[in-house]
Amino acid sequence: MSQTLFEKIWDTHEVGQTPGGASLIAVDRVFLHERTGASALKRMAEMGRTVRDPSRVFAVMDHIVDTRPGRGDGTLMKGGEGFITETRAACRAARITLFDVNDRDQGIVHVISPEQGIVLPGLTLVAPDSHTCTQGAFGALAWGIGSSEAEHAMVTGTLRMERPRTMRVRFTGALKAGVSAKDMILTLIARYGAGGGAGHVVEFAGEAVRALDMEARMTLCNMVTEFSAMTGLIAPDAVTFEYLKGRPYAPAAFEDPYWASLRSDNEAMFDREIEIDASTVAPMVSWGTSPEHTIAVDGRIPQGPQRAHDYIGLSAGSRLAGTPIDAAFLGSCTNSRISDLRRAARILKDKRIAPSIRKALVVPGSLHVKRQAEAEGLDAIFAAAGFEWRMSGCSLCFYAGGEGFPEGSRTVSSTNRNFEGRQGPGIRTHIASPETVAASALAGAIADPRDYVRVPKEVAA
Amino acid sequence: MTAFPSPLTGRAAPILIDNVDTDTIIPSREMRSTGRNGLAEGMFAPWRYTDADARTENPDFALNQTEYRGACIIAGGANFGCGSSREHAVWALAEYGVRAVIAESFAPIFHGNCIRNFVLPVTLPREAVNALAGDEVTIDLAAQTVTHGDMVHLFTIDAEAKQMLAEGLDAIDLTLTQSAQIDSWTSADRALRSWVYLQQDGKSLSHAGSDGA
Ligand code: SF4
Repeated sequence: MSQTLFEKIWDTHEVGQTPGGASLIAVDRVFLHERTGASALKRMAEMGRTVRDPSRVFAVMDHIVDTRPGRGDGTLMKGGEGFITETRAACRAARITLFDVNDRDQGIVHVISPEQGIVLPGLTLVAPDSHTCTQGAFGALAWGIGSSEAEHAMVTGTLRMERPRTMRVRFTGALKAGVSAKDMILTLIARYGAGGGAGHVVEFAGEAVRALDMEARMTLCNMVTEFSAMTGLIAPDAVTFEYLKGRPYAPAAFEDPYWASLRSDNEAMFDREIEIDASTVAPMVSWGTSPEHTIAVDGRIPQGPQRAHDYIGLSAGSRLAGTPIDAAFLGSCTNSRISDLRRAARILKDKRIAPSIRKALVVPGSLHVKRQAEAEGLDAIFAAAGFEWRMSGCSLCFYAGGEGFPEGSRTVSSTNRNFEGRQGPGIRTHIASPETVAASALAGAIADPRDYVRVPKEVAA
Repeated sequence: MTAFPSPLTGRAAPILIDNVDTDTIIPSREMRSTGRNGLAEGMFAPWRYTDADARTENPDFALNQTEYRGACIIAGGANFGCGSSREHAVWALAEYGVRAVIAESFAPIFHGNCIRNFVLPVTLPREAVNALAGDEVTIDLAAQTVTHGDMVHLFTIDAEAKQMLAEGLDAIDLTLTQSAQIDSWTSADRALRSWVYLQQDGKSLSHAGSDGA
């Protein structure tokens, strides 16, 4: 019988049924971080439980670590050090592999898991972090859970689950210049709503998806949690296997017929199908306080919930482009990989950000990305442009009570959430692609990256 | 933790906003330790206080109004609990005394976190949620009903989740009763997908070495 990729992975992992009729699904990899993983480890220890297979559980310090050079366990967040030292001790006690603060492979969980070859096609991988869906780009079933579920996965090697529905999102055609995977996922959320994927696993398909490199595929899958989907995934292909070859935790070869079977069959049926013409995707920027409050950079702000307009300080009918900004942030598990930094640096090269920008940061997604960027001289381009160059971590993707943006800032950010207060109390966030962040930092106002990548803008009909 | 106290009667505090995210339910800066306690005071801090540091209450926020203070039921908007996976959001609600949230829809991770902590997520159509918000309602888990005045709304819930909530069952303990089944599945899987299984390196403190700069 024809099956979707999701169904194949699910069936491979179904250990059995629970008496209540749920499925018991085997979990191949668990990844923890110091912010929510620490709670799972603590509870596990308190309950006197142990990790079933420590070789398949990993942890990293990424969320609240300091990103200033010369860092140690100290953080700018009050009490932050406790999360770090407790996580370290708990990982040691549980005998799980930890990517520590100054490990050479440290970085944001969803950046380093692929870098290390920990996520692989056909695996199930969970983490108490909503953006675990990023790793679905490899054709793995990778999804975010809570701390209790993380403990459950570590202790039993399984999760109790209800089978989700399936959705396929096809991007046909080709993207235009100055537009990237971030704009694709923002387009999907803007058109179908922040709850549009609820109850579904989303498979991305179509020529425009096949044309993406692995890093862009990760960006695309990263924000399906903002679409309320359980997760997203992309069938693995030559690009996927090429990326993984030689990675520390990856197998030596991908010749097993299993790998070739990891695709939806031609006749496979999805519960829901969406098709988007990639050539209609424009650079997207959020105007409000939900990722669904997003429009093309050259568009006008629609009428949304009054609360969102009040918080962001922009009214319906006005233009987003040209709105003055005070800060810029390049980083996060959405857009902090080497290709993201290259595209931003290309726009910033030999230029200087607007004098009105009070804070501009580049936070590489991992120390690997950082070293690679330095080898290519990107750090010098960012520094000359006026951006601070940081150690890797989540940094100001979210505000933990330590470092923040200057009070009252309006910031353009390559992150994934524009919630009220996400980047600090009162901070107004506009999420966008790295290209748009770079262009806006130069302009000192929300700007269309197509004006900076020297391509003719589409003539409006 | 305790089973869901069915039937549960109380006023449904109206927080009828779509896409209420877990950063708002419990801001990161209110998560001060790796434990599950001490979170109730920071619950909804950005909306509940005009000055979160001084804990100055915002009189416009439902839970600061006499009739809803200490509410055990919240009526929310669509996609309730979206955003960060932080279970702290549910721990904060539970510690405050919230035992049920009624909304048009829930974000999936939040929904799972509710069940694991015996907070009942009730999904009802928008019109029903809007109509009952602010009023006294009774939730009967066994009958799967929400009663509001002379209106009775039926809701659906997975059989397993219902049993977990009703009996206050610990999911890990339950799954461990199926350990033999998991063990035999694992040995069969090892033969099929050997590449999934890694060698324990035994060091396990730090992955590679120090000084990554
Ligand atoms: S970078 Fe941001 S969204 Fe990604 S894992 Fe870190 S805090 Fe979460």
